[in-house]
Amino acid sequence: MNILSLFILVPVLMLLGFIPCKNIKQVRTVAVIGAVVELIMAVALLFLFYKERAIDPTSEMLFYDDSITWFKTLNIKYAIGVDGISVLMILLTSIIILTGTFASWNMNPLPKDFFMWLTLLSVGVYGFFISLDMFTMFFFYEIALIPMYLLIGLWGTGRKEYSAMKLTLMLMGGSALLIVGIIGIFYNSGIESFNFVEIAKNGGIPIEAQRWIFPMTFLGFGVLGALFPFHTWSPDGHASAPTAVSMLHAGVLMKLGGYGCFRIAMRLMPEAADELGWIFLVLTGISVVYGAFGAIAQTDLKYINAYSSVSHCGLVLFAILMVNKTALTGAVMQMLSHGLMTALFFALIGMIYGRTHTRDIRQLGGLMKIMPFLSVCYVLAGLASLGLPGLSGFVAEMTIFVGSFEHADMFHRVLTIMAVSSIVITAVYILKVVGKILYGPVIDDHHLELTDAVWYEKIATAGLIVCVAGMGMFPGWISNLIRESIPYL
Amino acid sequence: MKLSEYLLMKPELSLIVVFLLLIFYDLFASEKAKKHYFPVACGLFLVHTIVCFFFCVPDSATAFGGMYITGPAQITIKHVLNIGLFLIFLQANTWLSRPDTIFKRGEFFMLTILTLLGMYLMVSSGNFLLFFIGLEMASLPVAALVAFDKYRHHSAEAGAKYIFNAVFSSAVMIFGISFIYGACGTLYFAELGANMLYDPLLIMGMIFFMCGLFFKIALVPFHLWAADVYEGSPTNVTLYLSTISKGAAAFALMAILYKVFPVLSNVWVDVISIIIMLTILVGNLFALRQKNMKRFLAFSSISQAGYIMLSVFSGTSLGMSATIYFIFVYVFSNLAAFGVITAIENKTGKVNMDDYNGLYYTNPKLALAMMIAMFSLGGIPPTAGFFSKFFVFIAAMDQGHTFLVFFALINTVISLFYYLLVVKAMFIKKNNSPIECVKTDGYLKASLVLSMIGIGLVGLVSCIYEYFASVSFGI
Repeated sequence: MNILSLFILVPVLMLLGFIPCKNIKQVRTVAVIGAVVELIMAVALLFLFYKERAIDPTSEMLFYDDSITWFKTLNIKYAIGVDGISVLMILLTSIIILTGTFASWNMNPLPKDFFMWLTLLSVGVYGFFISLDMFTMFFFYEIALIPMYLLIGLWGTGRKEYSAMKLTLMLMGGSALLIVGIIGIFYNSGIESFNFVEIAKNGGIPIEAQRWIFPMTFLGFGVLGALFPFHTWSPDGHASAPTAVSMLHAGVLMKLGGYGCFRIAMRLMPEAADELGWIFLVLTGISVVYGAFGAIAQTDLKYINAYSSVSHCGLVLFAILMVNKTALTGAVMQMLSHGLMTALFFALIGMIYGRTHTRDIRQLGGLMKIMPFLSVCYVLAGLASLGLPGLSGFVAEMTIFVGSFEHADMFHRVLTIMAVSSIVITAVYILKVVGKILYGPVIDDHHLELTDAVWYEKIATAGLIVCVAGMGMFPGWISNLIRESIPYL
Repeated sequence: MKLSEYLLMKPELSLIVVFLLLIFYDLFASEKAKKHYFPVACGLFLVHTIVCFFFCVPDSATAFGGMYITGPAQITIKHVLNIGLFLIFLQANTWLSRPDTIFKRGEFFMLTILTLLGMYLMVSSGNFLLFFIGLEMASLPVAALVAFDKYRHHSAEAGAKYIFNAVFSSAVMIFGISFIYGACGTLYFAELGANMLYDPLLIMGMIFFMCGLFFKIALVPFHLWAADVYEGSPTNVTLYLSTISKGAAAFALMAILYKVFPVLSNVWVDVISIIIMLTILVGNLFALRQKNMKRFLAFSSISQAGYIMLSVFSGTSLGMSATIYFIFVYVFSNLAAFGVITAIENKTGKVNMDDYNGLYYTNPKLALAMMIAMFSLGGIPPTAGFFSKFFVFIAAMDQGHTFLVFFALINTVISLFYYLLVVKAMFIKKNNSPIECVKTDGYLKASLVLSMIGIGLVGLVSCIYEYFASVSFGI
């Protein structure tokens, strides 16, 4: 059996494993074992991938490829395969699922249902990253979206019903655009195929068709990537979601949008991207700056982080639209960096909220004295977010800006400078929060009785910090892996 | 008339045998012997379904001078109707064992089987006369079924509404058929298809004819009877009306459009595109605000009929396979949803959406079944509903109806909103007096389990769609 299919099989087996579980301990055991197995598989895949690529360094996206005909009449196949980028994405997913499991250690109520939905979500995410066939890809994409509704609606906080509905409907609206786009590609590709690697190689979409399919697919995926006018689901959704779901959603699910944009919209329709890309470039530019300003204005920790996600994910799409090797490398690195960093943020916010029962920064203060471990982690996450050298944010954003600056014309330069300014704004809201809630006087005396992180929380946060710092210190192998996966640029 | 021609009608013959056996059983058996009426009736129908499945050779043939047509597509849709009706029968036990209905349970089976026979004739007809007879057989007894609980005010009212609409739409339809006869001088599909001209009289005849069928399928603006009738009739009859009856009529319409009116396709494509948009939109908008679950599903099934038509009118074999597939999946999804409603209504009499609040905490299995049914109706993977919707869209895009597909997809999002409302009620909302744990009888359980298997496997197992694709034909 293909090692890639195991990534779908293991979560499905986990789902079956949850059924007989009677109490939270058994549920946890299954969840942790499954997540560890996935992580081990992801690491093994990375090494196998290196080995495989050493044999045949020229082929593109076709490692461990396999194709089984599913619906013969419509040429739908279960086609899978990975390149360096998908391998990294799978690695990111498995890290975040494992840490997310630790972060939701004491899930209440209905822990079994929670982990089952979370696992179903992971089936979708893994399936999405390994698919080469757009039908299968879309199939998994929607599997990843729908569990969010119940995960937020049932276990969330605040205006959870509203947020869950808003998030689901907006993302489903995006996928409605996607269906039209995908079927349009199918009929216009010249070879009536859903396989995007095949279409990129053998097919060609006429420019008239590209003109309407490109906006459809880019917007469709862009909604999930928090593209400017369609980003409003993100703050509400992330703020209402329980910790692990916020982590997974901001850390991995939003990356599905960027990944889809560059795999399908940009890869299959380069001419239309050239013609119409500027519209989206302006929109992403707005996302980057607007998200950052939005974060300044917020007082809820989760809202701050959600808006910051809008800004950082906007940067991903921004770099993808720059269509050059350096910027695209930066985009993927930013996906990884933001995934790890934001998961860390949401995990920490969840832990702080679990103790203080408030996320309002006006009611928090002096946490550094009360819970030093969590506070130090928070500072580190913040520094990664504002792009301190040595941590992951710096390498990603630096690569993006260098790539973007390669365009010599006025339009791209101005937009790049605008986007660069977001770093400064990021520093404002990060340092403001750090100064207010970690240092400064203790506002609520009840907080003095609170405890610091326990062992499972330490595993979750420390694991993520190791990854963030590791990526910041040794970015070379990651960027090489990405660069070699995009030989066509 | 040769014996071999009768033998082509195996599904009909087998159904008539079942019908007669049930009549004799009901008439001549003693009260004591009739204790097992329900399992015997279900068993007989199951035998019929299996006989049809294994002994009907899917070959194309005509009988009685072209009056009766059979072929792989017709046989396939009959299988679909059989399976659907069998599952409906399974759900009817508790309702039919009530003291006020138990003495007429025989009538329920006979009337439904008779209407099914009518649908068989509709599907297999090769002549407008046989089609009309089939249609009347399929609609008039339904009025009796709708008014089955005649001492319940709503049921009697619904029966009256239904019979008026059925008769009126039949009149409109036969008016159209008379135009067609006047223009061409024949009623045989094969001859009509060969001699069809672009003639205003024929176009008018076709439009009248189509309007008659639109009434049966309850497409907007011919849908006004649907909600009241669906709400008033006994739940099992509602289910029968909204799945089997609708599916058969849609298939018959498609077969006639492909066979008789291919020349006029540019006319009916325009007419049907407008009808589709109206149907999907109006069905959705009305479903948004419904509080009664049956009424809610009635409007949702109106909008689902719009999706059926979306694949009907593409005029290709891809469209036909998508239609059969959509009907098949829709039968399972609707059966599951109505099965849960039946279970709860039988025990508690509650049919409002608010009553479903917190259902998951008292009846987790029923709530899960309902959720899966809702996801399938809304087109969420991995349920079969996702596949059926996707294939409908592919079939429509094949003919370049991009805007229509886009419109339908936007409406899918709207429909997802109200399907999620049900999920929200069951899983998220709190309730101080939730529905207590409902015990369902074995038949209903079996029906729900079979529907769940259908929803789960019909999509993922591709050979079912491949089979439908292999039997389909286009213009």
